[in-house]
Amino acid sequence: MTQSPDLLFRALADPTRRGLFERLCLDGEQTVAALTAGAGISQPAVSKHLGVLRQAGLVLDRHEGRQTHYSAQQRALAPLVDWTGRMNRFWEARFDDLEDLLKRMDQ
Amino acid sequence: MTDTELRTVTVEREIPHPPEKIWRALTTQHLIEEWLMKNDFGLDLGHRFRLRGDWGSVDCEILDVDPGRMLSYSWNHPHEDPAYNLESVVTFTLEPSGAGTLLRMEQTGFRPEQKQAFGGAMGGWRIHLENLEKTVAALG
Repeated sequence: MTQSPDLLFRALADPTRRGLFERLCLDGEQTVAALTAGAGISQPAVSKHLGVLRQAGLVLDRHEGRQTHYSAQQRALAPLVDWTGRMNRFWEARFDDLEDLLKRMDQ
Repeated sequence: MTDTELRTVTVEREIPHPPEKIWRALTTQHLIEEWLMKNDFGLDLGHRFRLRGDWGSVDCEILDVDPGRMLSYSWNHPHEDPAYNLESVVTFTLEPSGAGTLLRMEQTGFRPEQKQAFGGAMGGWRIHLENLEKTVAALG
């Protein structure tokens, strides 16, 4: 399953969603009600955030009776952990800083 | 085929400054700190130094020096989680070009064993989220 990195970035750019994803990673599968208890926001708001995470492939939902259980899909983070991609971004940023420094060295 | 694959990252840029000046920025402790990381760099062959960032440190050793033209050092990032344990070599080459210098950085290393990270280890993903935040912030 390949998800657009854009969806992934957008899903994780929000601190509340990162918090929900973090709890699912650390504590395992949970219901919306359980997640709401620790989130400090309303259940519909939690559900909405979970929907965004689900679209990005970051969580999986499982229906059981009236309850929906959510679990984290860490594999969805793959585009972010690709070594060459990460190092490439790292060095591009370092080169930017190097160019800034070289300009300052003229003064 | 082996489990670990050799990977190379290359970043190349035309920089409107002479090679001698860029060389200084690549090889002077207080200048390296300004664009790369805090360090105890030394230009002698075999000199071991450490680059220190907010997120950890990189162990380095000077492998090759051709003053003003080429600098190569090891870039090892030991990590308790094998998924992030990195052994690599970084080589900078400077070539005079019309406007200034063509600066190239090539990093070759063994790809960390990423698959293990997804198998159950929970620790590493935080780092990626931190990186993500920076990336998103940089996008403005």
